[in-house]
Amino acid sequence: MSIERYRKRLTARGVKDLLFTNLCFVATLVGIFLLVVLLYSVFRDGRQRLSWEFLNSFPSRFPEKAGIKSALFGSLWVVVLTGAIAVPTGIAAAIYLEEFQRRRTWLTELIQVNISNLAGVPSIVYGLLGLAVFVRWMSLDRSVISGALTMALLILPMLITVSQEALKAVPDSYREGSLALGATQWQTIYRQVLPAALPGILTGVILSLSRALGETAPLILIGAVSFVRFVPENLGSSFTVLPIQIFNWTSQPQKGFQEAAAAGIIVLLVVLLSLNAAAIYLRHRASRHA
Amino acid sequence: MIPARASEAERMVRRGVDRFRRPPGPGWMLETAIRWLCFGAAAASILTTVGIVFVLVKEAFLFFRQVSPVEFFTGTRWAPLFQPRSFGVIPLIVGTLMITVGAGLIAIPLGTLVGLYLSEYASLRVRAVVKPALEILAGIPTVVYGYFGVFIVTPLLRVFFPQVEVFNAASGAIVVGIMILPLVSSLCEDALTAVPRSLREGAYALGATKFEVSWRTVFPAALSGIMASFVLALSRAIGETMAVTLAAGMSPKLTFNPAESIQTMTAYIVQISRGDTPAGTVEYQTIFAVGITLFAFTMVMNILAIRLVKRFRQVYS
Repeated sequence: MSIERYRKRLTARGVKDLLFTNLCFVATLVGIFLLVVLLYSVFRDGRQRLSWEFLNSFPSRFPEKAGIKSALFGSLWVVVLTGAIAVPTGIAAAIYLEEFQRRRTWLTELIQVNISNLAGVPSIVYGLLGLAVFVRWMSLDRSVISGALTMALLILPMLITVSQEALKAVPDSYREGSLALGATQWQTIYRQVLPAALPGILTGVILSLSRALGETAPLILIGAVSFVRFVPENLGSSFTVLPIQIFNWTSQPQKGFQEAAAAGIIVLLVVLLSLNAAAIYLRHRASRHA
Repeated sequence: MIPARASEAERMVRRGVDRFRRPPGPGWMLETAIRWLCFGAAAASILTTVGIVFVLVKEAFLFFRQVSPVEFFTGTRWAPLFQPRSFGVIPLIVGTLMITVGAGLIAIPLGTLVGLYLSEYASLRVRAVVKPALEILAGIPTVVYGYFGVFIVTPLLRVFFPQVEVFNAASGAIVVGIMILPLVSSLCEDALTAVPRSLREGAYALGATKFEVSWRTVFPAALSGIMASFVLALSRAIGETMAVTLAAGMSPKLTFNPAESIQTMTAYIVQISRGDTPAGTVEYQTIFAVGITLFAFTMVMNILAIRLVKRFRQVYS
């Protein structure tokens, strides 16, 4: 190959390199740009409707009077109940798989594969399960508790996986030290391993609960109604949640409801982003201590 | 004398070990109870799967006693609510696949490039901005993407293509594409970062440019992990519900035109659930028949993805 041809090829390769670098960069910019547009457009549409009135009134047929009080309380009920059911169960399952049964058997292998498969099941299928089992078969009806049970099943795979990761990250020396001092296995887990894994587990809990807060489809199947003019009073109350309220307003033709939907989205996103920020902070603190 | 003593000592040791191993009393019972409780929690996940399969199969079985599976899987007209009734699921499947393919066309190239950028090019400072931004994008609820589709994407499409309908497959596909973009990019990035440094260094030592290193060495090395990310993202797109229900519409017609309104499997389930459909009716059973079809689609894709990830792990660990 003559030196001329080599030089030419070298330039061509350099140009390709430059082009590709910029292509990757532009693709990333597009991603960020989309996020900004999304947030901006929602903020622009919903800003005027945000007020104490909006947070503190019930839905209405008149867009300018409609508010999200029942949806806010409904979401709070569902998320708190979901957490109360799913968090202990998820952590216990992770403890079983990572601490009590460290040797892999066919049973733990089956459970593990099953959990990763469950994580990929569409949320609406959990809705079908909840509808058939909780609403019909156990006749819990279209109530807060049916919704919370369904949501708990939905977030469990994620919770278990994250808690397992957190437990795995605790060094074995902690366990060995504790066992060598004569602690029983549960004492070791409860007093040494769990406290060390807590930041990781908490991060997972926050992220899974924020997933539960944003989910809509399963609750529509459970039959959370959209026009609720009261706050849930007990586990058997019918209810609505914020995403369903937003969904309903978005599918109305009037312009006023679009603004209400946007304002509802702002409220939802503010809550979710604060939860995410809390999770990031926790993770950061944990990594500093480690 | 000596053997007797030894056996005495042995007995004592054994008794000591036994006592240590199994301390009698409430402490031991608590320990066992907790162990079983934890086992119960882990086994509950199996129960969930069994529950899902049982519920879907049972209701779908009742449905297929009234409607022949041949009609269901080959019929091209979906009209379970109007007379004359017709239960051909093909339009719903085509609608779902249109959204999935469209979303894939957006998210796969874009997400791969973002993943490559993050793993091969980005400085620490850029990553500190881009990663949280993508995480936020991934954390936005799907109903918000629905709003985005209806009020931002569709009006924009109609500026350029006036023939686009108010609800249309294109806008659904676009918002789902944006939604799964962070999933593709972060999984791709993970796969790419898992490629050992030595491969990159080898390529550089042979005089390759950065593009050649990333595209011809690192990318092929991470390919099965990257493919797994595509499959997972597409499976997410198939199961996506709220965004497509809002943006793509509720008209189950068999069309390949993205400008028209369609209906996906998930959107149909939502449509029926919003009304008050009594249990036992054919309408009620249709959502389970459609649900089991959806479940089968995503299940196959998930198993494929898990296989791909396993293969990838075998290569680099």
